[in-house]
Amino acid sequence: MLEPQILWPALLNGLTMGAIYALIALGLTLVYGVLHIINFAHGSLLMLGLYAVFFLFKFWKVDPYVALLALVPGMFALGYALQRLVIGRGSHGKDENILLVTLGLSIIIENLALHFFGSETRQIETAYSSAMVNIAGASLTVPRVAASAGALTCCAILWLIMARTDLGRAIRAIAKERQGARLVGIDVEHIFAMSFGIGLACLGAAACFLLPAFYVSPQVGHTFVLVAFTVVVLGGMGSFVGSLVGGFAVGVVESFGGLMLGESLGQIGVFVIFIAVLLFRPSGLFGHKV
Amino acid sequence: MSDAVPPILEVRGLQKSFGGLRAVDDVTLAVPGGSLTALIGPNGAGKTTLFALVSGFITPDAGTVAFAGRQIAGLPAHLVCRAGMTRTFQIVQPFAGQTVLENIAVGAHLHRVRQADAQAHARAVAARVGLADQLDKRADSLPIAGRKRLELARALATDPRLLLLDEVMAGLNPSEIAEIIPIIRSIRDGGVTILLIEHVMQAVVNLAEHVWVLSYGRLIAEGSPAAITTDAQVIEAYLGHGAAARMQAMQVAQ
Amino acid sequence: MTPSAVRSLLFIVAFLAAMALLPAFIRSEFWLTFLILALYTASLGQAWNVLGGFGGQYSFGHAMFFGVGAYAAAVLQVRFGINPWVTLGAAFVLGGATGAMVGALTFRYGLKGSYFALVTLAFAEVFRVLANTFEFTGAGVGMMIKLAPGAANFQFVAKTGFYFTILSIVAAGLMVAWWLKHSRFGAWLTAVRENEDAARALGVDVFRVKLGAITLSGAMMATGGVFYVQMFQYIDPPLAFGAGISVEALLVAIVGGMGSIFGPLIGAFTLALVNHTTTELIGRAPALSMALYGLLLIVMVTFLPNGLIGGLASLARRLGLRQRSGGDE
Ligand SMILES: Nc1ncnc2c1ncn2[C@@H]1O[C@H](COP(=O)(O)OP(=O)(O)OP(=O)(O)O)[C@@H](O)[C@H]1O
Ligand SMILES: [Mg+2]
Repeated sequence: MLEPQILWPALLNGLTMGAIYALIALGLTLVYGVLHIINFAHGSLLMLGLYAVFFLFKFWKVDPYVALLALVPGMFALGYALQRLVIGRGSHGKDENILLVTLGLSIIIENLALHFFGSETRQIETAYSSAMVNIAGASLTVPRVAASAGALTCCAILWLIMARTDLGRAIRAIAKERQGARLVGIDVEHIFAMSFGIGLACLGAAACFLLPAFYVSPQVGHTFVLVAFTVVVLGGMGSFVGSLVGGFAVGVVESFGGLMLGESLGQIGVFVIFIAVLLFRPSGLFGHKV
Repeated sequence: MSDAVPPILEVRGLQKSFGGLRAVDDVTLAVPGGSLTALIGPNGAGKTTLFALVSGFITPDAGTVAFAGRQIAGLPAHLVCRAGMTRTFQIVQPFAGQTVLENIAVGAHLHRVRQADAQAHARAVAARVGLADQLDKRADSLPIAGRKRLELARALATDPRLLLLDEVMAGLNPSEIAEIIPIIRSIRDGGVTILLIEHVMQAVVNLAEHVWVLSYGRLIAEGSPAAITTDAQVIEAYLGHGAAARMQAMQVAQ
Repeated sequence: MTPSAVRSLLFIVAFLAAMALLPAFIRSEFWLTFLILALYTASLGQAWNVLGGFGGQYSFGHAMFFGVGAYAAAVLQVRFGINPWVTLGAAFVLGGATGAMVGALTFRYGLKGSYFALVTLAFAEVFRVLANTFEFTGAGVGMMIKLAPGAANFQFVAKTGFYFTILSIVAAGLMVAWWLKHSRFGAWLTAVRENEDAARALGVDVFRVKLGAITLSGAMMATGGVFYVQMFQYIDPPLAFGAGISVEALLVAIVGGMGSIFGPLIGAFTLALVNHTTTELIGRAPALSMALYGLLLIVMVTFLPNGLIGGLASLARRLGLRQRSGGDE
C-alpha cells in the first residue's frame, strides 16, 4: 500500500518542512542554552514576523526574500529589547516564572494580532508561488524548496557566528560558565539580550522563508510552538546539531504520520514524541541534561 | 569504643563514586544507641556524601547500612525518616515562604495527623531550640543562626531516634556556638542519638564521646576527641603532608 | 481545629451565605450571568490552584481535565442517555483518573518546573487531537446536548439554578482549599512546593503527595467542564482541550494569589471586571481583554508574585495594620 511513489514525496515534504522547523528551533535552543529559559512566546513571535512579511508584501510589494533585510535586524532589535526590558525582570530566580512571563507575552501578541488583523488565514501570491520543481519524481513548489535551502543557509551562518566570532565565543562562554564569564569581564546582561536577539533574528529569517510556502493567522504560533519545543527536546536542549536532526525528524514524522493516520490523527505524532522524550530520555539525542 | 550498648546505626563497607572520584570509600562504622558522636574531616572528604548515603538520598555503589537492626541501604529517604533517622542539610533548606511554625510543623506532622497537634508539638520543639519568639516570622527572613536552628528544630520535630546533623554550627559566631552546644546536648539527654558533622573543633571536643575522621573518602582514624586532636595522621590530613612533624617540632621548641 | 482554622472556616461560611443571598437582590439577568461566569472561572482557578498554587506544579494543560469532564458529560448523555447529574459524578472520577495517570507518568520520571508545564500542554493537545478524530466524540463537529429544560436534567429555566449549582461547586472548592491550609496533606503539599529535598528529609513521600494533588485537581477541573456543557449545551475539541481554558485557569489563580483560599475567586472577579470595563469603554473586544489579561499575568509575576491577595496583605502590613493569620483568608 505504501509505495515509493507515495513515500518519496512524503519524505521530501517532511525534510523540507523539517529544515524550517530546525531554523525555528535553533532560535529556541540558543536562548535555552545561554539563558536557561524556555521562551513560550517563540511561536507568537514567529507569527508576528509572518505578519510583518505579509504586510510588507501587501502594501509595499516587498518580495518576501527581500524582506529578510528588514526582518532579520528588526526581529533582532525586538528580541534584544524584550530580554532587557521584560523577560529579564520577571524571573525571581525560578525558571517557571519566565515561562509564565513569556506565556503572558504570547497571549498579548496573539490577541493583539487577532484584534487588529482579524482571525482569517492569509497567504501571499507571488509570481513563483505555484511554480513547481521535480526532484526525482516528486513535485515540490519552488517556495518550499527555497525555504529549506534558505533555512539551511541560515543555520550555517548561525553556526559560523557561534564558532568564529567574538560574540559567539562570549555566548558560548556564558552558556558554559555564567559566573566565570562575569568574572572575566563579559557583560552578561548584554550577551543575554544579544542571544535573545539572535534567537528572534532566526525567527525573522524563518518568517521570510515560510510565508511564500505557508500562511499566517493569529493562531499560527500555536502550530509552531509545541513543534519547536519537540524539535529542541528531541535534539537535546541547547544542542545545535540536535536541533537540525530533530527538525528533520519531526518534519518527517509529521509527514508520515499524516500519510498513515490521516490528517487529524496524524498530528498526534509530534506530541507523543515530545512527551515520550521528556519522560524517557530527557537529555534528548544530543544533549546532556535538561 | 565500648561494645556494651548495641549500635543503632551500623555502616559496613559503604562506597560511592562520582565519575572517577571515590567520595566515600569502604567506610565501616557503628554508632552506639544514645550516644553523641562526631564525624570530622577536611573539606571534600565525603562527610555529607556519607550522610546522604545513610539517609537514603543517594544509593550506595556497595556496602550495607543497618538502622536499629534493619537493613535500609537503598530505602528511599522518606522511609528512612519514617524509620526514625532524620538528617539536616549543611546548606540550609528552609521552606522559604513559610513561617517558622509552619516549617517545624511539617516535621511534626510525620507522626501527627491533626494540624493542632502538629503545631502544638512544633511550638514545644521551637521552645527547646530557642525559636519560641520567632514562630510567625518567615523562614527566609531569619539570620543564618536562626536558619540553622530551624533546620535542627524541623528534624527534631519528626521525633527521630537518630539525628544526623550536618554542620549546624558552620557560619555561627562564638557566642551563637556557645548557645547551641547545650541545646544539642539536651537533645541527646532526651534520648535521641546524635551523629554530627562538624568543623568547629571546640564543639566536637565539647560534645562528642567518639569521633571518626574521614579523609578522601576513607576513615583514617577514630577515637576520643582528645586522642584524635593529637593523632599525627589526622593533623596531616587537615594541614598537609609533614604538618604533624612540624607541629611536634614547634611544641618541642617551646 | 486551630483558632486560625476556625476563623477562616467562619469567614468562608459567611462569604458563602452572602453569595447565596445575592440573587435575591439582583434583578438583572446580565449581572446574574456575570456572577455565574465569574464563579465558574473561579472554580477552574481553584482546581488549578490545588496543584499549581499549593503544590507549585504549574500546569499549562489543565484543559485536558476540563475537556475530559465536558466530554464525559456530553458523551454519556448523548450516546448513553445518562442523566447529567450522574455524569457530574462520572466526570469527577474520570478527571481524577486522568490526573492520576498524567501524574504517575510525569512525577515518576521526575519532571519539574517548565518541563512539567510543557508536558501537560502536550497531553492536552493529544486529547484534543483524539477528540477531533473519533466519531464517538463527534470529531471536529463537536457535540450538542439535547435541550431538556428542568432542574432534574441540570438544565435550568431560571438562571438562578445555574447560579446555585456553580456556587455549590465553588463552595466545595473553597472547602478543599481550606482543608489544604489546615491538614497534614496540605502541609506536605506546600512543603513539596517550597523544597522537595527538605520535604523528603522530613518523611514526606513527594511522589504520592504530588500524585494526590494532581488527582484532586483533575477531578475538580472536570466538574467545571460538566458545568460548561450544561450551561452552553455544546462542546467541541478546541473549546474543551484548547489552550484557552488552561490559560484561564492558571490566570485567575495567579492574578488572585496562588496557594490562598480566596485567590482564585478574587482573580476571577478581577478579570471579569476588567473584561466588563473594557467592553464598556471600547465595545465588545474579547481579544483586547485577553491581551490585557496577558499583560496582567506579566505584571503579576514580575511585581506581585503572591497575587492580589499577597499584594493587599503586604500593603496592609506597610500601612501598619494589624496582621491577622498571615494572609490566611
Ligand atoms: N552529586 C555529586 N556529584 C559529583 N561529585 C560530588 C557530588 N556530591 C559530592 N561530590 C564530591 O564528592 C566529594 C565529597 O563531597 P562532600 O560534600 O561529601 O564533602 P564534605 O566532607 O561534606 O565536605 P565539606 O566539609 O566541604 O562539606 C567532593 O569532592 C565533592 O565535590
Ligand atoms: Mg559537607
